[in-house]
Amino acid sequence: MLIEKIAMAGTLESSDAQVTVEPGKGLELNIQSSVLNQYGRQIKSTVLETLNRLEVKDARVTVVDKGALDCTLKARVECAVFRSCDQSESNIPWGGVIND
Amino acid sequence: MINRPRPDKKRLRRTMMFMNAQKPGLIKDAYIYGSDSIILDLEDAVAENQKDAARFSLYHALKNIDYGDTEVIVRINGLDTPHWQEDVRVCVAGGADGIRIAKCENAEMVRQVEAAVLAAEREFGVEEGRTLLMAALESPMGIMNAYEIVTASDRMLGCAISGGDFRKSMHVQIQRGGVEMMVARGQMLLAARAAGVQCFDTMYPNIDDMEGFKAEVIQNHQMGFDGKSIVNPKQIAFVHETFAPTEKEIAYAEKLVRGCQAQADAGIGVYTVDGKMVDIPFFEDAKRIIALAKACGVYHGDL
Repeated sequence: MLIEKIAMAGTLESSDAQVTVEPGKGLELNIQSSVLNQYGRQIKSTVLETLNRLEVKDARVTVVDKGALDCTLKARVECAVFRSCDQSESNIPWGGVIND
Repeated sequence: MINRPRPDKKRLRRTMMFMNAQKPGLIKDAYIYGSDSIILDLEDAVAENQKDAARFSLYHALKNIDYGDTEVIVRINGLDTPHWQEDVRVCVAGGADGIRIAKCENAEMVRQVEAAVLAAEREFGVEEGRTLLMAALESPMGIMNAYEIVTASDRMLGCAISGGDFRKSMHVQIQRGGVEMMVARGQMLLAARAAGVQCFDTMYPNIDDMEGFKAEVIQNHQMGFDGKSIVNPKQIAFVHETFAPTEKEIAYAEKLVRGCQAQADAGIGVYTVDGKMVDIPFFEDAKRIIALAKACGVYHGDL
């Protein structure tokens, strides 16, 4: 998917993550987390995996993590990407590119 | 990935706890509190501009979180909104046990949701007929049409009254003793029992007023409800306690079941137990109490 405009999903509440995607060249990832030392690599790999599944090749992605589970991270990244393409409201490919 | 067992229309549902589907902190461990069902809410709890985000969150929660024996129902947005069809798709794709139809007013609305559910089951390769439905009755029209609503689909597990909206439409406030909703509750119960489905009371909104809450739960039980919507885990224990059969009821039911068998074998129709006349309907009710006691985990006999 092509990131056409800036979009955000998620909150800064505990157990959540706020994900922002912006147009960019290549994949540029910026992660802030209170548990960066323990889980930084896990967060990064989940975010990259999700972007890869959505075929996002060019984007600047910012993740402010508040201790989100993997499934929450995926949901926030997916929603931000679909929002940036104005496709988040209907006909989501559940079980297609939106998957585990 | 989680594959939930096929939902059971008749399962035990003493408590149905509401959770905002958009809040990961809530839905990730909703099952640990031990309510019989949880209702993940896409409707009123989710802000209008977060409906899309809530669905992504819901999908992954359904697919990744093991809710165990807790039933997972999703409350979808009203049929007068642009959201409900996508809500149905995500519920079915994620494998939710059931869908709660908000602001249900007639059988046609049930059939509309059922058609969307069936289409989604076909789209996502889910067993046809797996996804259950329940109706929230929130208006005088919903109550007037309760029977046609609960008989509109084989998927219907039951109905619940939703007090907030209902009281507003009746121009009344919540009252101790429940006089303001007595007729509506009664009419809904009649419809549900006539149709052979379950019936649930509304949530008690004042979380800190445990005394008022308890009085309402006791009245719900006396009226014949199967369970109640709740909004806080601290409300669970009292409902479960109140809805479980007492030791005395269980002992009497056991006596009836055993006695009835012996009398039937001897060719006697009506007889007495402890000086009270009993016949076949008593026997059926005694069997129901034993089954309920088993489901509540309070039966230790050998029937």
